[in-house]
Amino acid sequence: MEPRSNLHKICLSGAFVVTSELGPPKSAEAAVVHKKSAYLKSVSDAANITDNQTAIVRMSSIAAATLCVHDGFEPVIQVTCRDRNRIAIQSDLLGAWTLGIRNVLCLSGDHMRGGNHPQSKPVYDVDSMNLIAITRGMDAGKFQNGEEIKPAPNFFVGAVENPFAPPYEFRPYRLKKKAEAGAQFIQTQMIFNVPRFKEFMKQVVDLGLHEKMYILAGVGPIKTAGAAKYMRDQVAGMDVPDDIVKRMEGAGKGIEDKKAKTEATREEGIKICVEMIQQMREVPGIAGVHIMSIEWEEVVPQIVQRAGLMPRPNPAEIKLPEPQVAVAA
Amino acid sequence: MKWYEWGPVAWTREYLNTHPRVENFFQVTTFPLEAVAKKLLFGCQTCGQCLLHENGMTCPMRCPKTLRNGPCGGVRLNGHCEVYPERWCVWYKAYHRSQTMPLLPKSWRQDMFHHHPVVDWRLVGTASLLNELTGRAHGIWPKEPGAEKKAAPAPAAKK
Repeated sequence: MEPRSNLHKICLSGAFVVTSELGPPKSAEAAVVHKKSAYLKSVSDAANITDNQTAIVRMSSIAAATLCVHDGFEPVIQVTCRDRNRIAIQSDLLGAWTLGIRNVLCLSGDHMRGGNHPQSKPVYDVDSMNLIAITRGMDAGKFQNGEEIKPAPNFFVGAVENPFAPPYEFRPYRLKKKAEAGAQFIQTQMIFNVPRFKEFMKQVVDLGLHEKMYILAGVGPIKTAGAAKYMRDQVAGMDVPDDIVKRMEGAGKGIEDKKAKTEATREEGIKICVEMIQQMREVPGIAGVHIMSIEWEEVVPQIVQRAGLMPRPNPAEIKLPEPQVAVAA
Repeated sequence: MKWYEWGPVAWTREYLNTHPRVENFFQVTTFPLEAVAKKLLFGCQTCGQCLLHENGMTCPMRCPKTLRNGPCGGVRLNGHCEVYPERWCVWYKAYHRSQTMPLLPKSWRQDMFHHHPVVDWRLVGTASLLNELTGRAHGIWPKEPGAEKKAAPAPAAKK
């Protein structure tokens, strides 16, 4: 199979993939993106460039991804259905391809009610499942209406799944629907509840989905004990067990100095993340990890180092086995 | 064979598609009845391409993100909606109803696991029952009058 992108090449080589997340700034400042990509470049194979995550206005995903391409860093653009209809999405995808972006992650997107412009109109013209189908259709040279694209883009298309949101029994089948729609890699929600995730992965492996797609387990460091508590109680779709919250709270206990207390809590957060990565490497069907450390990109090198995932493979040096072409007799 | 390819249904569709005024008459008379009944029973959003029976008689268009292929990742641990914490997630209800509701045929229960195409926004605010019959809910639209005229002389010339 011809690799569609450097990330696809690393996936095909069978190496344990590491992707990270880069949040574009809430300003017209390109230097922020360059600074963050410098942190992530040498330690991760690609970074998701978020598309106005949590419905808060930020620099456009494609613009920030283009800055990453100039830095020589592989971006994965997130495309959400929240703000654009199928015309705008397809036109943006064509533009992204010409700017050197090779990976696309398809999501429905957080609703604007939770963002900083709750008055705005929800678009949601297509859903994430159909967005995957549209992107793969464009890869195959067809717009959504059936018209031909010449020359067509050739994206490496990803999707997301949250194993921690009910109805639990349906989640593996939803992943199957995404595989049938054409998703090639999957990034999961941040994992803290390992038993639940293992159960989910068992069903996924039984359905044979890990052979069709590269499944990257989502992990992330927690910064403060308050954040852990907030994620447990307030954030929808997150499952943070009580013992994680207790560990975060216990880390800073008894330390008088405020600075040392924050240090100790952060250290515990990183430790939990590293432990999580090590546990994920044992789970059958997992092709890599996706480290989500939004607005805390500088710890990613430390996490990757401590999890023993260095050095990262260089896509230019990877030699894939020659595709076996059936020769007509 | 799909049910809408069956002879009498296909003939009715052909008739309605070639007689827009008759179709409009039925559209105007059916829509209010269907909309009121479904609004009261299922909270219908009149998308004009009904997915009720595929989703355990739960309207997926009531989802704030109007998803038609299963729940998003934001369902709360108690099965409530991410956007409106006081409401149940539409898809949480739809999944459980489609699997446990009595009297549903097996094929309807299986529809939950199939891919549903994008919404055709031209049909929003029209009678879904009639769209089923005219085939528009399945993407069968009558040819534009201009296109038919252009296409018509070609086979005649060949003869």
